[in-house]
Amino acid sequence: MNWYAIGVIYKQEMLRTWNTMLQSIASPVISTCLYFVVFGAAIGSRIETVGSVSYGSFIVPGLIMLSLLTQSISNASFGIYFPKFTGTIYEILSAPISFLEVVLGYVGAAATKSLIIGAIILATAGFFVELNIAHPFWMLAFLILTCITFSLFGFIIGIWADSFEKLQLIPLLVITPLVFLGGSFYSVDMLPPFWQKVTLFNPVLYLISGFRWSFFDVADVSVGISLAMIVLFLTLCIAIVWWMFKTGYKLRQ
Amino acid sequence: MQPIVSIKNLSKTYQSGHKALNNINLDIFKGEIIALLGPNGAGKTTLISTICGIVTPSSGSITVDGYDTVKQYRQTRAIIGLVPQELTLGAFDAVANTIAFSRGLHGKPADPAYIDKLLTDLSLLDKRDSMLMTLSGGMKRRVLIGKALAHRPTVLFLDEPTAGVDVELRKDMWNLVRELRDSGVTIILTTHYIEEAESIADRVGVINNGELLLVEDKSTLMNKLGSKQLTIELRESISGIPETLTKYELELSEDGTTLLYHYDTRQSRTGITSLMKDINAAGLVLKDLHTKQSSLEDIFVNLLQAES
Repeated sequence: MNWYAIGVIYKQEMLRTWNTMLQSIASPVISTCLYFVVFGAAIGSRIETVGSVSYGSFIVPGLIMLSLLTQSISNASFGIYFPKFTGTIYEILSAPISFLEVVLGYVGAAATKSLIIGAIILATAGFFVELNIAHPFWMLAFLILTCITFSLFGFIIGIWADSFEKLQLIPLLVITPLVFLGGSFYSVDMLPPFWQKVTLFNPVLYLISGFRWSFFDVADVSVGISLAMIVLFLTLCIAIVWWMFKTGYKLRQ
Repeated sequence: MQPIVSIKNLSKTYQSGHKALNNINLDIFKGEIIALLGPNGAGKTTLISTICGIVTPSSGSITVDGYDTVKQYRQTRAIIGLVPQELTLGAFDAVANTIAFSRGLHGKPADPAYIDKLLTDLSLLDKRDSMLMTLSGGMKRRVLIGKALAHRPTVLFLDEPTAGVDVELRKDMWNLVRELRDSGVTIILTTHYIEEAESIADRVGVINNGELLLVEDKSTLMNKLGSKQLTIELRESISGIPETLTKYELELSEDGTTLLYHYDTRQSRTGITSLMKDINAAGLVLKDLHTKQSSLEDIFVNLLQAES
């Protein structure tokens, strides 16, 4: 195992985060505050509670997931796309490192950054609403699994994309709608029966539901299914990344 | 002697169907500087990229220091350094950081003292904390060399190291390459400048259309490349070459106004001075003179004709 290589890739990626601190850290904090003002205070004041949970608290897990998913994908995809774009990828390809080491470096850094952002949003939310976390261990487990899974997914997009437009395509057209329609801001019970069924096909629903369960002990779907779904997606991403490196897909001619 | 790099029956066909390398066989020995000459698109970069692991070979095999570049890539890539042709550098990294990054990628622990020494050797020490995007083209080229040397490779590839580099920097670079060779590093460089190969290489390989046409000692090849042509334009046309000039084996153009003289710049006497005297003595009046060196293209044509 080339630990030095993993170390320098990780360090370089984290350094990029610190260099763009304002954009990396401040923007998720600001957008979270905006969501709290709009959904929590303005709209939430008319909803009051979902089940036994106040609406302000209810949206916290969804908000964190929204940021985690988009941040993980954009970080990891940009991290590997940029060297492809500038041509510096030659160094990675000609270095004595395996695909596992490349993934550990890039995806590890992207997931770390998302985790930091998740923690910051959680802390920010603490200023607006009262938060009691029912299952802290599972909360952390969901958080870490989601960061890793979606960073891997972002990594796949970064390798697949051959233009900045494609880099934005999946997050914009697929992820954002799925997160918004996955029960970030509402419980599935609030939907008409037909749409409740449709929503069950949205993988993000399971993520948010499981994560929300770890906070409030209430969930739209069973926690076991939530966990199975995220592990399934994680396995799928690992398999795709492995295949990409094995075949040199869009990396090595 | 055991070659440090051994290429056997190497071919590469890209997915597009383009055959970039066709059955290349080449042994490179420890401590030599070998220059690969060839026009753009000849396959020089593909050859280098294949050895370094950026391109996968379609068939054939390569060993570096006895290790297979595909199956034992960790061993081969650990001792290889590569300076790419394009100025491919990130924009926002600091100079020292990007060199440390390259060192780490090759599995070596951080060594700030060595990196400072490298920066000093490359006249970049005052730029150690500068952002890459603020550097000039020549500086970027030197940073790329620093990155390639960060892990102390014993085999160094330089892909067109002096393309778009000014004369002074080119000389510096040649000196650096010689110093590296003297320290035991084997150097493989590609170029399409004859004078570059002439100036620093021990051996020269000529590549065209993915084929290695020849590999020879520089001195042997340069003798072939060394012929020049002197064109002598006369004020008044002559009907034949004067007898006093026959020993020069001149060619007279059809209209009788131009004489062609072939000579070798590597000979101790080119014969130009005595030719001029004899022309003067023969009463011919000159209108203009110009010389032309056989171009790389001429040599390719000759080589290709010889092949067929």
